[in-house]
Amino acid sequence: MKQASCFLSTYAADVSGVCSALFELGGMTVMHDASGCNSTYSTHDEPRWYDCNSMVYVSALTETDAVLGGDETLIQEVAEAAARLSPQFIALAGTPIPMITGTDFPAVAEILERRTGILSFGFPTNSMNSYLSGAGMAFRALAERMVDRAAVKTAELSANILGFTPLDFSVNGSAESIRKRLEAGGFRVISSWAMGSSLEEIRRAGRASVNLVVSSSGLPAARRLRELFHTPYVVGIPYGERFSEMVVSDLKTAAYTGRSRVSYAAEPAPRQPETAVIGESVAAGSLARAVCAETGESAQVLCPLETCPEIFPPGGAEAPSEEDLAESLKPFKTVIADPLYRPVCPKDCRFVPLPHEAFSGRIFRKEIPNLTADFGAFLNMLSTK
Amino acid sequence: MLKSLSGRPDVPQVCVPVGSAPFPVPFASGLEYVPPARGVWNIVHVGMLIPEAHQIFVCAPGCLRGVVLTAAEMNASDRFSTVAIRESDVLEGGMESLIIEGVTDILNRLPSRPPAVLVFTSCIQHFMGCDLPLVYRTLRARFPGTAFADCYMTPILRKSGLTPDEMMRRQLYSLLEKRPLNSRSVSLIGNCFPTDESSELVRLIRESGFDLKDITLCKTYAEYQKMAESFLAISCCPAARAGGDALEKRLSQKHRYLPLSYSYREIEQNLHRLSGALGVPERDYSSAVSRAEAALRKARKVIGGCPVALDAAATPRPLSLSRLLCEHGFSVERIYADGFSPEEKADFEWLRKNRPEIRLYPVSRPEMRVLPRRTPGKTLAVGQKAAYFTGSNYFVNVVEGGGMYGFDGICRMAKKMTDAFLHEKDARSLIQMKGLGCDGCR
Repeated sequence: MKQASCFLSTYAADVSGVCSALFELGGMTVMHDASGCNSTYSTHDEPRWYDCNSMVYVSALTETDAVLGGDETLIQEVAEAAARLSPQFIALAGTPIPMITGTDFPAVAEILERRTGILSFGFPTNSMNSYLSGAGMAFRALAERMVDRAAVKTAELSANILGFTPLDFSVNGSAESIRKRLEAGGFRVISSWAMGSSLEEIRRAGRASVNLVVSSSGLPAARRLRELFHTPYVVGIPYGERFSEMVVSDLKTAAYTGRSRVSYAAEPAPRQPETAVIGESVAAGSLARAVCAETGESAQVLCPLETCPEIFPPGGAEAPSEEDLAESLKPFKTVIADPLYRPVCPKDCRFVPLPHEAFSGRIFRKEIPNLTADFGAFLNMLSTK
Repeated sequence: MLKSLSGRPDVPQVCVPVGSAPFPVPFASGLEYVPPARGVWNIVHVGMLIPEAHQIFVCAPGCLRGVVLTAAEMNASDRFSTVAIRESDVLEGGMESLIIEGVTDILNRLPSRPPAVLVFTSCIQHFMGCDLPLVYRTLRARFPGTAFADCYMTPILRKSGLTPDEMMRRQLYSLLEKRPLNSRSVSLIGNCFPTDESSELVRLIRESGFDLKDITLCKTYAEYQKMAESFLAISCCPAARAGGDALEKRLSQKHRYLPLSYSYREIEQNLHRLSGALGVPERDYSSAVSRAEAALRKARKVIGGCPVALDAAATPRPLSLSRLLCEHGFSVERIYADGFSPEEKADFEWLRKNRPEIRLYPVSRPEMRVLPRRTPGKTLAVGQKAAYFTGSNYFVNVVEGGGMYGFDGICRMAKKMTDAFLHEKDARSLIQMKGLGCDGCR
């Protein structure tokens, strides 16, 4: 059965994606749920929880409110908390029971905004989609409502980086390294969504000449910014010297031509590769391309998460279930994946661990590499394992 | 009720002196914050106490995430599987089939068939009116050699009857199969930790020639099943009380609720009730009382007037412990709790009368997220949440009473407080580990 997992973990959910995307921006995010989502998020999905006082709460929905219709309770309690804590904005995100009872989150947000005077978002998440979907909604909402529409493009090359959350990049300096790599390539970074940037920086995002999309969650915002500001985007993460140069070159080309592109899609699909990379489309696609650029060895991407044709790596395959994945992995001699994928890999394959916070949470956090700063170490591991 | 004490006008602070606090819920409900103190066991940790049992959760992926990673952090992924609910399952129905076929698929794919399976359903099945009796009938017919326990991850019902924690501790014993009762066998039920062998409770049972059974001591499923023969089931934790009542009803075991307490009188009453249930003479505990008094005096001498903060996750009876400490000269200044058990009413009244200035802080109120986590000087914390909110590295790392019971438990607590006062710990690392004391927890 496709939905049954004997051995595997599960990815962070959309509701966590919303919280993670907005965490650093001074807002108040409320998961509309009984309990549990908040604990899961703060324990497994949010490495910044201990050190950063971001206002992320759960509404503590009760059976009575769900049965009798308690939207007014939710609105009142959020409004009261907002009055005391003065957040920059309010975000509501749904979970399974509000989906069943048909909570209209955009409508609730609109009422809240009128009542509090604080800009409010309502995200119809339901904990049944992955973090990419939730973070994507949140980033798109920022593009829609936070970015200054009167922005004037910068004279020099400039970029926003879209799609940062610790779920994909942990807190190991990867976000800073990517930013530095762009700066080294001649770009002024206007904002990075949403690690290491303030809400004020994000408001100025319309000034950028190009956007870099570093995860699937950044794509909806990139598309909206293209509609609003005609800003083209490039999809890819600068891993390794050669592929990083390609990404930077693509950014410059996009800035000058106005045409968007996916950096790791430039090459044709690999033929009968011996290596598989399991992961999120943009990260796995970039990694496969970077490994190929540095070593000449091609790799196939297996994607267990939501994706779309535009950013799907060439020759990649979707693998939404444990059974699909186990079957797809059979021909490969080497598998690069989060350690919790080990039980479904062929017993005799070479397993190269690449922990992914969105899958294994905090368990292997200390072992998550910064592939932008130190791709060489990863290549060494790949060749010597 | 709200009072600004932080000195920062933009950060409202919520606390209330015990002298003017309502009981048993001092704070209004509303949005909730969850502090990063994770030592309290969750339903996965508790379920893993049944040796050799396999857990299968049937929930939305977002709900699965926390439990699947709990199992992974316990290094127990091989005893844990999931069935993910998708939108189409909710919109189109067929929930019963999803559970039945999902569990069947998992059991057919596992390397070996477990003797017991705990199937956890969630709020979704409850709201959809899923026919769970049909599900379990079908599974039991398909897998006659396997025992199935219906378990629940239904936080939305936490204010509608039994809490999820109470249900879990009840269902933990639902797999026990009726067998003839053994008049020399006694079970301690519903605890996460073994009760200390040195406690008067355990000593009374063992020294009277009874065989003591406890799920925390079971190594095999067969050992677990032997708990069914006990003629007496003892619960000490409030959340285990419903489980004891269920055993009395289903297996005809006598249930005695002998709650953890720090009151000499209540401890002695409980031990005498146990003697009565065992049919043995009541013992004299005056020397045990003397030992507790001496231990508290010794601890007070070391700790002196250092402010003490406690939390309600450290022990089911934080007010009883606070009263004991106050009566013995300790400077209890803060108690962190969203609410109290009605069992603590007398201790609350005592504190209200004798130490009205003690500040009650909530744990979950939104303001607790932004409140400065420090105290003016050194604070001795009892419990992980008290340590977190006071920013203290001098803390007793304990949840749910930590297996300490009776006068012996008081001696041990006094010793732990002394040790905590003298030796700094790494609170940041320690309190973030899930399931304190759980085998294999990281």
